[in-house]
Amino acid sequence: MRKNLNVIAAYSIMMGLIILVGIFQSWNIALSIFNLCLISAVMTMGANIQWGYAGLINFGIMGFTALGGLAVVLISVNPVQEAWSAGGTNILLSLFLVIGIVLAVRFVLKRYQKSKIRNYIIAAIIISGIIIIRLVSEPGIEAIEEVNPARTGFLGGLGLPIIFSWIVGAFFAGGLAFVIGKVALGLRADYLAIATLLISEIVIAIIKHEDWLTRGVKNVIGLKRPAPYEVNLQETEWFINLVEKFNSGKLALISDITERQAALNQFVIEGSSVFVKLCYSGLFLVVVIILLILTQKALYSPWGRMMRAIRDNEEAANAMGKNVVKQHLLIFVLGSAIVGIAGAMLVTQDGLFTPGSYRPLRYTFLIWVMVIVGGSGNNFGAILGGFVVWFLWIEAAPIGLYLVNLTTAGLEDTHFLKVHLIESVPYFRFLMMGIGLLLIMRYRPKGILPEKIEIK
Amino acid sequence: MDYLNALILLLNYIFVPALAYGSQLAIGAIFVTLIYGILRFANFATGDMMSFGTMVAILFTWYFQSFGLSLGFLPTALLAIPFAILFMGLYMLIIDKFVFKYYRLNKSPPVQLAMVSIGVMFVTQAVVRIIIGPSDRRFFDGEKFLIKANEFKEMTGLNEGLAIKSTQVITIVVTIILVSTLFWFLNKTKTGKSMRAYSDNEDLALLSGIDPKKIVMITWMIAAILATIGGVLYGLDKSFKPFTYFNNMLPIFAAAIVGGIGNPFGAFLGGYVIAFSEILLTYAYKKFFMYVLPESMEPDGLIQLLSTDYKFAVSFSILVIVLLYRPSGIFKGKIL
Repeated sequence: MRKNLNVIAAYSIMMGLIILVGIFQSWNIALSIFNLCLISAVMTMGANIQWGYAGLINFGIMGFTALGGLAVVLISVNPVQEAWSAGGTNILLSLFLVIGIVLAVRFVLKRYQKSKIRNYIIAAIIISGIIIIRLVSEPGIEAIEEVNPARTGFLGGLGLPIIFSWIVGAFFAGGLAFVIGKVALGLRADYLAIATLLISEIVIAIIKHEDWLTRGVKNVIGLKRPAPYEVNLQETEWFINLVEKFNSGKLALISDITERQAALNQFVIEGSSVFVKLCYSGLFLVVVIILLILTQKALYSPWGRMMRAIRDNEEAANAMGKNVVKQHLLIFVLGSAIVGIAGAMLVTQDGLFTPGSYRPLRYTFLIWVMVIVGGSGNNFGAILGGFVVWFLWIEAAPIGLYLVNLTTAGLEDTHFLKVHLIESVPYFRFLMMGIGLLLIMRYRPKGILPEKIEIK
Repeated sequence: MDYLNALILLLNYIFVPALAYGSQLAIGAIFVTLIYGILRFANFATGDMMSFGTMVAILFTWYFQSFGLSLGFLPTALLAIPFAILFMGLYMLIIDKFVFKYYRLNKSPPVQLAMVSIGVMFVTQAVVRIIIGPSDRRFFDGEKFLIKANEFKEMTGLNEGLAIKSTQVITIVVTIILVSTLFWFLNKTKTGKSMRAYSDNEDLALLSGIDPKKIVMITWMIAAILATIGGVLYGLDKSFKPFTYFNNMLPIFAAAIVGGIGNPFGAFLGGYVIAFSEILLTYAYKKFFMYVLPESMEPDGLIQLLSTDYKFAVSFSILVIVLLYRPSGIFKGKIL
């Protein structure tokens, strides 16, 4: 108990802050912050597995998040039959061609020895394959995008329940991570960072511009929900009764019946959105807790010990007979898969998929700030980092506004400096993040909750 | 005649723009490579440092314009560059003193320095956005075109016009001057040689009496010059927007690595490799083939290898291929 005191203290302060937001701003805001904190926590857990356990730098978090989001679209959206009949065969044919190319390249790689000619053959296979695929897929893509472009214009998904997509998102992200890992994991740390950053940009470019698959920048809206809809809730008997019970004290003060009914309606409307958010919170909490148990178990298992050994001294671990390359690949895939789950959760919560919103600053660098601030190598630290940083990221604007008003109190309201500063309040969050990161790295390089290794 | 038309077409839409864009990337790539070679970390604040320098240049341009100072047909921003460099250098030295120095003296691993540079990136981004705002700004004044497409058509009697923007010429000329001075400095002067020695082997350089403080300071000053000029040239040619500058970091990194990180000459060429491949692969060649091929063989489609949406993706794919087959870059990196 004693040794975990700082963990408990840190988490209670964090929960206290969120509750304060609920009291002073509104429960709606507090819950949406809390939900995004949970999603951020899942992302940081993924990044923490890679960086904290194994020392791998992954600056491609954005790409894995987006793939998780794509999974939601491909799983939960109802299939667009017209589009399938218009261009489905071409797309399927292209898919087989892609598989064919991969198999052919593998065959050449296995069969022939390393030589210049082999490289040329592989290049020839890939280039001719790409040309054939373009010829095959082009008419199909055009046909698909012409099917009712204002509403569909894409193939749609499988029409399955949306929760499935969280698992599929993990597989998508893990699959991409496998490919990237095969290609890039041999690189030095900072090269790996740059390579993953750029690969994630390629992923985003594809998601943004392949309209037949993702609707691109036209966005996919109105995704299914694992939680009830507010409108339906507001008409359900038990929910209205529940809200009445909760607010009976306040309602009793109002004597007039029509007024009381109006007040009750207001409470129901507010209550319904809080209730929906609570549903999401419950779902996300389950994911976070399951992941936390798994990662904690892994951290203290022989496997976790081996990963730390590899991280701290690669050569020594290699000399002890541990397959460093294989373990690095494994952990890269696992971490990315967790990030993929988070990406799917994010899109599920928003109910819409907007490829244009994936920016490296928000989805890669901010997550890294969370990991570093929270404490790399410590799962509780990583989760806390997700909470703290996301909370500050949202609340930076009000805090910034308060500070600006405080420092420029002597100036008139129309003074150009004050007006300018108030206009630029949203950018104080960057300043806060940057300074926070720099201070933590300088004075507490292991994060708020540092890594603690217990030797039993 | 048709072949001449085709040639002018390529010059107009591929060669000249790629040369200008490549020069802008090349300057940024040399900036990245210098920091990597001498201070030994990947600087993720590259794009934002460039936008800081450009911002100062824009503020000075506005100041000069406010009392009617101009360079005639040249953009006023050229006059603002020296002042902007001073501010940029000051900013970099302050950051170095308060942030990077500590890690350098502690001999932290490069990864940690890269993380720290992310902190610097956030701070710089905030400073730029708070001072000048996030919106798109054009600060170009003076003569826009050196040769207009119509004039060229009249002059030569060809179907295709060749338009050369003055910013493109300025970019190329300034790049040539800047880069040749830099190489002269690195290869011929004593300070430049000591910088190269420091980059090559730090301990040996220290033993032979090279002052690391001086080396670091000069590196930051050169970096300030490169960042400001690169940023201003890009801003003049296109426009200034903090977000675009942040994104430009990616092709710049690609250029630096393709050319072999740590090797300034490689970075210089890498800029052009990236720019040319981006534009060559995403250009629609329909018109070109219409001139070159006989009428019966005219193409139906656009003959575009990749849609322009994938412009960035091209450079990143090149990078991935280079990393796979020659991780030290096309021109062996880390020699300086």
